[in-house]
Amino acid sequence: MNKKQKKMLVRILVAAALMIGLNFVPVDGYLRFLFYLIPYLVIGYDILIKAAKGIKNRQPFDESLLMAIATIGAIAIAVCESGDYTEAVAVMLFYQIGEWFQSYAVGKSRRNISDLMDIRPDYANVEKDGKLEKVDPDEVEIGSVIIVQPGEKVPIDGIVAEGRSSLNTSALTGESLPRDVGQGDEIVSGCINMTGVLKIRTTKEFGESTVSKILDLVENASARKSKSEDFITKFARVYTPAVVYCAIALAVLPPVARMTFLGLGADWGTWIYRALTFLVISCPCALVISIPLSFFAGIGGASSQGVLVKGSNYLETLSKTKCVVFDKTGTLTRGVFEVNGIHHSPMEDEKLLEYAALAESASSHPISKSIRTAYGKEIDRSRVTDIQEISGNGVTALVDGIPVAAGNEKLMEKLGIAYHDCHSVGTIIHMVVNGKYAGHIVISDVVKPTSKEAVRALKAAGVEKTVMLTGDAGKVADKVAGELGIDEVYSQLLPADKVAKVEEILKNRPQKAKVAFVGDGINDAPVLSRADIGIAMGAMGSDAAIEAADVVLMDDDPLKISKAIRISRKCLRIVHQNTWFAIGVKVICLALGALGIANMWLAIFADVGVMILAVLNAIRALFVKKL
Amino acid sequence: MKKTYKIDVDCANCANKMEEAAKKTAGVKDASVSFMTLKMHVEFEEGQNPAEVMQAVRKNCKKVEDDCEIFL
Repeated sequence: MNKKQKKMLVRILVAAALMIGLNFVPVDGYLRFLFYLIPYLVIGYDILIKAAKGIKNRQPFDESLLMAIATIGAIAIAVCESGDYTEAVAVMLFYQIGEWFQSYAVGKSRRNISDLMDIRPDYANVEKDGKLEKVDPDEVEIGSVIIVQPGEKVPIDGIVAEGRSSLNTSALTGESLPRDVGQGDEIVSGCINMTGVLKIRTTKEFGESTVSKILDLVENASARKSKSEDFITKFARVYTPAVVYCAIALAVLPPVARMTFLGLGADWGTWIYRALTFLVISCPCALVISIPLSFFAGIGGASSQGVLVKGSNYLETLSKTKCVVFDKTGTLTRGVFEVNGIHHSPMEDEKLLEYAALAESASSHPISKSIRTAYGKEIDRSRVTDIQEISGNGVTALVDGIPVAAGNEKLMEKLGIAYHDCHSVGTIIHMVVNGKYAGHIVISDVVKPTSKEAVRALKAAGVEKTVMLTGDAGKVADKVAGELGIDEVYSQLLPADKVAKVEEILKNRPQKAKVAFVGDGINDAPVLSRADIGIAMGAMGSDAAIEAADVVLMDDDPLKISKAIRISRKCLRIVHQNTWFAIGVKVICLALGALGIANMWLAIFADVGVMILAVLNAIRALFVKKL
Repeated sequence: MKKTYKIDVDCANCANKMEEAAKKTAGVKDASVSFMTLKMHVEFEEGQNPAEVMQAVRKNCKKVEDDCEIFL
């Protein structure tokens, strides 16, 4: 509670106590009026001042003015007729309780959400004359060495120059598994260093570092407003004046009609009272506060799970996603080539891999690299002599004096060696050792462990169609798609073809079904921006992805896509509930008020009650962990 | 040019009023106020001096909602 809220709480309590106390004081006439004026002014003086200022500034439909008119009107009726002053005081009191609750709830969720995104580093440690000195991260230049101690946040992106440690990335990715880093590894700002002291050579300025970019993105998310929010703003602009005009009509027309047509008494008091009830209901607070709050909580909840949404409009579009288009490499697959199998080898796999790694030791081709990675041991180049690379075919070399050949079918044909064809998909390296066929090594891109589950989860979340686009050959693409349960596959696409394909999908879909494209942000920026909603994965460290996409997944787990959709659905469900609930209750109260069934008490309860319920409902959007 | 300013305001409706007032100020191309983050995003027209325009924006906002503040 801040100072303003504390002061308000005291005023509410004092006014409520006075109001209850006055019930037991037997006074009448003007003394009673003056007595009741005390709690009224205690609770409502600021509203009256605001209302007066509103008139001065010609902003007539201010809610303070409406409350002022309604309560002063109620007091006037009390003076003339009923003598029931409690109504006016109570209306003002409940109105203020509502405002107080709203301000408290909003402040609380504001803090909650900023705590969730508490990744802003306050300082960086720099070593000077053998001592650690804390400096503003903004002042650290590229290439300087900073020191991060256990428990501290990594302030700036860089490369580990010295030390070994585990990093907690949960604030960035929502992933609780720690990540190990050692010398030479890239390190992303915003992670928390858990175990060892790290010396980091910075590669970026603070302003360009991941943590700054993410904070910037989250803080500006609210600038892009959704259709629902625009609707509410417009609705509020029309609603309040409309209700006020209705109130005036209600106060004037029925009495006039009674006098002129029915020949009855005008009964001004009743109709003015009903009109005042209208004014109490005219405040659109519940809507105006709960809809942006729902979106804000939704975006906040999503970021706590490593899903950054760039604006509430994107959250809205995401919830209507019916078709998800994937890029294959780097999204559904890891995008790195790995040795996936060794077949038909007469010797031990280890041994064959050793021969292959040695023969390929001089090559810089990605395939050779992946063989060397699979071998995993230090390569003694002196064991290899007479290396010959036959471009487009493979390599021949002498390993420990034994002739070894490694390459594709063409090489085998060239050497005149019978080979086994492989039914596995991927790049096949046939091996010949000492003039005899020695089996083959299968190298392929590996599907991410969660990809299959991710496609299934998307279907469960209501996505109707999944499509995969890839530049790879048809055979590879079909196999991956079949394995994962993807509906449509388009293979052998150049980057430009991908844009065309997405445009085709966009053309053929029903108007309301939105199309999302998921990519890793590397050379698919045009597609990301062309789709209704672009989702970039694995954004830790990739600025291009953060720039181009509408939704950014901090890690590269495809399961997060369905999670993001479920979060958006929940948020939008809450938005719709609040919209219809608030409008519905208002309309019912207006009808009851006009018929004279609802009095001012009911009106203010409806107003404040709806707002409190709507705000509590909105805060629900924050809880998305179990979705 | 776009800039973001911190603001202080009490109610969501007042924030909407500030947005309206800011949009109508001369030199402002577009403005958006977020009540939740208490920030005002202003896009200025070409060749305008943000500092001067913001003084006008602040004045106009104070007119419609005197209980507000823009931290320039």
